[in-house]
Amino acid sequence: MKLKIKAQAGSFESSDVLIMVEPLADGSGRRVELESIVMQQFGDDLLAQINKDLDVFEISDVRIIVNDKGALPPTISARLETALKRSAGIQSGTLN
Amino acid sequence: MKNILQRDIPQELEGIGVLEPFEGAFTKLKKGWMEEATVPPPNKAKLPHSNKVCDNLREAIIKTQPKNGMTVSFHHHLRAGDSILVESIKILADLGIKDITLASSSLTSAHVGILPYLKDGTITQIYSSGIRGELGKALAEGVLPKPFVIHSHGGRVRAVHTGRINIDLTVLAASASDIEGNATGSHGPSAFGSMGYAAIDSWYAKQVIVVSDNIVDYPCVPQSVSQNYIDYVVKVDSIGDPSKIAGGTTRITKAPMDLQIARLAAQVIEHSGELKDGFSFQVGAGGASLAVAKYIRKTMKRREIKGSFILGGITSYGVDMLNEGLFRSIFDVQSFDAAVSSSLINNPFHIEIPAGLYANPFNCGCMTNKLDVVVLGALEIDTDFNVNVITGSEGYVRGASGGHSDTASGANLTVAVCPSFRGRIPIVKENVHTIVTPGESIDVLVTERGICVNPKRPDLKENLVKSGIIVKDIKDLAKEVEQITGKAKPIENEDRIVGVVEYRDGTIIDVIRQVKQ
Repeated sequence: MKLKIKAQAGSFESSDVLIMVEPLADGSGRRVELESIVMQQFGDDLLAQINKDLDVFEISDVRIIVNDKGALPPTISARLETALKRSAGIQSGTLN
Repeated sequence: MKNILQRDIPQELEGIGVLEPFEGAFTKLKKGWMEEATVPPPNKAKLPHSNKVCDNLREAIIKTQPKNGMTVSFHHHLRAGDSILVESIKILADLGIKDITLASSSLTSAHVGILPYLKDGTITQIYSSGIRGELGKALAEGVLPKPFVIHSHGGRVRAVHTGRINIDLTVLAASASDIEGNATGSHGPSAFGSMGYAAIDSWYAKQVIVVSDNIVDYPCVPQSVSQNYIDYVVKVDSIGDPSKIAGGTTRITKAPMDLQIARLAAQVIEHSGELKDGFSFQVGAGGASLAVAKYIRKTMKRREIKGSFILGGITSYGVDMLNEGLFRSIFDVQSFDAAVSSSLINNPFHIEIPAGLYANPFNCGCMTNKLDVVVLGALEIDTDFNVNVITGSEGYVRGASGGHSDTASGANLTVAVCPSFRGRIPIVKENVHTIVTPGESIDVLVTERGICVNPKRPDLKENLVKSGIIVKDIKDLAKEVEQITGKAKPIENEDRIVGVVEYRDGTIIDVIRQVKQ
């Protein structure tokens, strides 16, 4: 997936996550800035999940800001997918 | 050494002494008496018509001749509105007193102001039923040189009797007092209801100061604490923030999840076999637990059941049930909202009781022993039904033991209510961080995702299944929760023990270790 613009999905609500993505120049790598109210318990899991999802979408150069309020794993994936698709301009089926 | 719940308890701990491991809820009580020696209350004398009134709190505290290493106690009936505790500690600090043991019946958000005095050696140890917020964080991070002790409401009375808590000075806030120190919380501009936890302090403290914003003509009735125990009386402008002391009525939660849990819990109670004429009832004031009262009220009306008494922390909701004739009486050790005060003073069947009568295990029968049904919350519950109500998911102290283990041990039916997970944090799990109430005291767990009956109550399970309630194995529920949330990484601790959790009989049920930063 080719990212084009800055985009975001999610919210600051409890049990949700706010995810912002920003395309980076080729070769920059992934820069994940993770904040979570369950950092101690699930920080490593969150990072692993985000990287796994990025692998699926074949994205290697991106800045991602994650602000997690204790979202469950399916919520994390859904918000991330939406943010990425908005960034890539293929947000059909999702709200802008 | 390990206690019966496989928790590591040291034989001795500097600052507390020899520790006795928890051996089961009734192991010590079965003997029929308490082996520990009790200390006598102080003997005092005053000449006729002498004056107890002091101009201000500082003058009264100076008169009590405070000294280094003293124990100072308070009650927490002013809830989040209290200003007397922090003010008293400030005065003691200002007088240069060090190494104080603070023995408050509990600590609330109103008491965060003592934090600097934990750091500078003014306060070196704490006995309390609950600790929250910044204080709980600082204590778990090891701010105090001596381990803090978490006790239950009943256990605190025992600890005063044995001298484990040896009170040199108690400062008791009241919403009305006369010049001799007959005092109450049931009327006055800052009325807060029952003074149940303060009674033991008034009887046993070597020096007793009553502080009130409302000095009334002699005599002040009712005498929640009475003049024969009171050394000094102080009139102050304010005992705290009236909006937080007298915070109106407690509302039933509107959160759909809590209401669903409460609805299920009420069904469990209805079909448990305990809901019958003359039954007694207690609920916690927290979200789902209080909401259970709402559904039980409906069920009692529908089935025309009349209960005998409501016990414990009392809300205006309990008062409504008394006024509707659903229960004959209320025994009130602590009032959770200000609307309770008027009932306490006007209704002879709404009775103020001291903490010892409420829950002390070592007497001829506390009222928790007469309980039929109690509904209690949980921060965490493990697959052996052990409950944590004291430490949060990061290991900080953020709760209260309160009457949890007291009522759970006494009631015929103890219902734990909680969501199966909060946010992403599993609540039903294999291991809890800290045990406050042993699983043997919990009969049934009610969550939004399933109802689990303790295997030691096959009779209860049978009753529920017969009435069509689906019962789940708690191990299956814990697995289900883990599949949803993922497996949480355990809290990282240092080896150092910063606090102990005392069971109501004085044995140690668990320890709290310093949180790794």
